[in-house]
Parts: sequence; C-alpha cells; structure tokens
Amino acid sequence: MPGTPLLMTFPVTATSHLLEDYRARGGYVTLGKVLAGMRPEEVTKEVAAAGLLGHGGAAFSAGRKWGVVHLDDGQQHFLCANADEGEPGTFKDRWILEHAPHLLIESMLIASFALQVRHAFVYIRGEFDLPYRRLAAAVEEAYAAGYLGAPDPGTGFTCDLVVYRGAGSYVCGEASGLLSSLEGKRGYPRNRPPRLTVRGLYQRPTVINNVETLANVTGIIAHGAAEYRKVGTAKSPGTQLVSISGHIARPGVYEVEYGYPLTRFLFEDCGGMLPGHTLKCIVPGGISTKVLTAAECEGVTYDHASLEAAGSSLGSGGMIVIAEGTCMVRLLQVLLRFYHHESCGQCTPCREGMGWMHRIIDRIVAGKGRAEDIEQLYAISMMNDGTTICGMGDAAGYATVGILNKYRDEFIHWIEHGSSRCDGRLEATAHA
Amino acid sequence: MRHLIPEFDRLKARFPEGFESSLLLPCVRRIQEDRGFVADSDIDGLVEYLGVPRIQIEEVLSYYTQFRRAPVGRWHVQCCRNITCSMRGAERLIDRLAQRLGVAPGQTTTDGRFTLSTVECLGSCGTAPVVMINEKYHENVNIEALETLLTGLD
Repeated sequence: MPGTPLLMTFPVTATSHLLEDYRARGGYVTLGKVLAGMRPEEVTKEVAAAGLLGHGGAAFSAGRKWGVVHLDDGQQHFLCANADEGEPGTFKDRWILEHAPHLLIESMLIASFALQVRHAFVYIRGEFDLPYRRLAAAVEEAYAAGYLGAPDPGTGFTCDLVVYRGAGSYVCGEASGLLSSLEGKRGYPRNRPPRLTVRGLYQRPTVINNVETLANVTGIIAHGAAEYRKVGTAKSPGTQLVSISGHIARPGVYEVEYGYPLTRFLFEDCGGMLPGHTLKCIVPGGISTKVLTAAECEGVTYDHASLEAAGSSLGSGGMIVIAEGTCMVRLLQVLLRFYHHESCGQCTPCREGMGWMHRIIDRIVAGKGRAEDIEQLYAISMMNDGTTICGMGDAAGYATVGILNKYRDEFIHWIEHGSSRCDGRLEATAHA
Repeated sequence: MRHLIPEFDRLKARFPEGFESSLLLPCVRRIQEDRGFVADSDIDGLVEYLGVPRIQIEEVLSYYTQFRRAPVGRWHVQCCRNITCSMRGAERLIDRLAQRLGVAPGQTTTDGRFTLSTVECLGSCGTAPVVMINEKYHENVNIEALETLLTGLD
C-alpha cells in the first residue's frame, strides 16, 4: 500500500457495497453526529481546516468553494457530485461508485447539511453501467432507511438525491458544462464570472465537487481536520486515488498518500513495467497533463507541488505508463482525434483548432507531413490557450506541446521519412 | 412513449419544482431503451409532456453520442480506441471486429444483428482493452475472448 489509506480501508467483498456492510463499518454514524451536534458553518470550517483539495483535476480547496455559498441568502442551494469520469486514463471514481456508494451518499448528506441543500445530484457518465446500478441501488437503500427523503427528527433537515445520467460528452465533466447538461441542454460550458457557487444550476448557488473529494468529507468530520492533515504533505493533505494503466504490470486503482515517491509507486507497488519493457514516459494525471520522461520521474514525489516542479501536474490521478518503443506520433494522433471528437463546438478556436490539429497529425501519419507541420501544431496550441470558455482547448494544447517538446525527433523522423521511427506501435506486445 | 408517462411522473417527484427541462435526458434515455431509438412521435410527446421547445430536444439528440434517431443492430458492439486501450491491443481488436462482422465502424450488418462502433475512453483503462456490448462492459478482451463473446451472441 503506497502510504496510509483513507478510503480503501476495507476489504472489497460481494456485499461490501451494501448498506448493511457499510453500517457494520460505522457508516452513517458521522451523519448522525453532524445532525445531532454541529452547525452547518462548523462543518464547512472543518473541511476548510482539513485543507481538502479538489480531486477531479483542478485541486481547488473544497472548503473555500463551500465558503462562497451564503447560508442565509434566501435562495435554494444545490450540490452536485461530478461522476462524469471521462478524462482518458482516469477510472478512480468508478472504484468509489462501485465499492463505496454509501460513503459518497453519507458525505453528500453531510455536505448538503453544511450548504443547506434540499436537492442534491450525482451526475454520472452515461456509459457507466455497473457504477450506476450500484449507486442507484444504494440511493434506494438510503431512501428506505430514511437517510434520504425524510426529515431528520432533530433538525428537520431533509435531502433528496437524484442520480442523473449523462449521455456521452467529455465536456460535461467540466463543471459548468455539467450543469448545462443537468438542465436538459447541450453540455455547453459557461463563461465565468459569475462563479457557479453564485449562479449555478438554474442560476442558483451550486457546489460541484468531484466524487472522491466528497467521499473524503465523512472521514474528515468523523476524525477531525487535524487527523486528516497527518496524512499527506503540508500543501497536499490526504491521499489520491490513482488509476494507473498502460504498459504497467499491475494496472488498477491505488490509494496513494500525497508525498509518496513516484518511482517507488511505479516499480514496487504497481510491479514495474510489463515484462521485457522499460519506461519511456508517463502521463501523470489524465491525458491533458504533460508527459514526464523516465528521467524526469526520478526524485519526484506524488503530490501537487512536486509534479508541478517537474513540469507537469497531478491532474485527475489518471496515470498512463508508456514503454520504450511506443510511437509518440501515433500517441498524439489518438489524443488529437479524441479532442477533436469531444470539442463541443461552442468556441471557434477549439472547434476549428482541434480539427486543424487532427488533420495535421493524420497527414503526418499518412506520410504526407510537411516541414512546417510541427510549428503549426505549436502555433495552434498557443492560439487556443486562454481563448475558449472552458479549459479543453488549453488542455489539448498543453498535452500537444508536452509531447512535441520531448519527442520532437520522432515527429521530424516521420515527416522526413514518411514512417515511424518506432514502427508506429502503441501496443507493447510481440505480435504488433 | 405515452405508456412511459407513469414512470416519468415518478421520476419527476424526486426533482425540485420547475425542473421539467432536466427530465429531458432521462426521458430520452428511457424512450431509447424502450424503442431502440428516438422517433419523431417521441419528440412530439416530449414537447407536450415536458413543455420544452422542440429545438431543445433536437439539439440534445444531435449533441450526445449515446442518443440516436435510427435503430442500431441487436448487438451494439462498441470498442474503445483511446490511448490505454490502443496501448493494450484495441487497434487489432477493431480490425478483427471489422473483418469478422464485414462492416466498418459506424455500420450495421445487413442482417441487422450487429452494429460496430468505436468510442473514446470508457473509463476502463485498468482493464483495457474494453468492448461494450449493449450496456455491458467486457474487459481485458483479447482476440480469443472476442471470438468467444461473438459466438455467444444470436
């Protein structure tokens, strides 16, 4: 186990996701404690004191986000868990939805109490079948047990929870795009300001947190902010569920304490590379984060500050491990095809720029690359940066620049020779 | 869609007042599960039931990749081709599927049994490659497993 776990603290069995097992582990006791003896602002204060960061990619302080909502503004407030997990390489929230759905529900109830929310939502991506069924069944259990839908005898606090299924759109993972979708519209992101905590769902103050962020709330309230801060680093308290995939011996979801040595995680906890392969680079946190070469991974610890100092970021915790021999031109082609496909089309630089980049990389792979293509890819990446409503255009540019900076020679080779320097493979097996 | 209205009413009860527009996605999903696709008459029914503008329904239907206006094959085989799946063999799986079914991605076999699609990340990278058949994920799929899967579909 890479450090002290806070979420993966119980053995996964055939029944560990059910209410009975959750209660046997002490489930819903913390909610009872909150309703019996805490004021809403005390809950928010504790979450802020814990230094809980957003676990979806932006690492914004959850306590500060919650603090924007004025409890006495006379408006309806909404809470939404972002379970639209779609950043390629990321499948960590799936673990919570499949194995600890009641932890999410209890945490959302505590958060709803803190924010005085009457109606909460979980926006879950449309393709997730088992995670949806597990969560929906847990919600029904929570209704039947009176945690949801019924007033608390002491405080009168009542909360309904709707599990809302997306229908296939990457951009809906962006908080404002998510709200547009939840309003029954295209998932178009919105300009800020106003912040969503000021004008969110149907123009009412709305807090949107990643599933994993919310899942940590119950533990923070149960044991206190000081206990939470004992795990992780001073700047990054706690842990991150890391979903690791690619050319690694033991892919899967691991809970990593912030500050844990990166190479130790890769080579000890995850069993190192697939047999016969050596490390070329990693994508540290979803494909929108810049790649780190094997040499750049040395000495890095798994926390926000260290990964940023290395020139990348922790992102969504979706780590992709890439072996020597993998063609980075083809890798970028897959990536740009994805961004082009997922651009919502609202902003011109992204809608057109993704298409241009996709066509350029396709042209290079088809052996018709031009000498100026690399500079064109740079130019479009720069042009997108900061010129679109959401961060997708920027992210595509960062990912592209990251690969071009470090593997420019592979692109030059393909343009000059009309073929890959690494035989065009993405797959690390003998039969490619 | 009219026979689904009692179900839609139950769904509505869990939403706050005035959230009719939000019901659009769940209603469309349910209609599609029921009919296999969304027909013109379903749009008429939704305009009437939800009171949302027709253009909003058309926009939603054309935006989300999971919604469709035409039927697909009995078995909708969707193969992820994003980075990790490609790194673990998805490109060969897609080639094999196209060859085995005799259709290119995006097409349906003439007997209406199979539709082949390629999709982007399904959030199953730890068990890549993943093939989604109708609603179900099949993970760690290799060529042999794919053969067994296809043989099991009528």
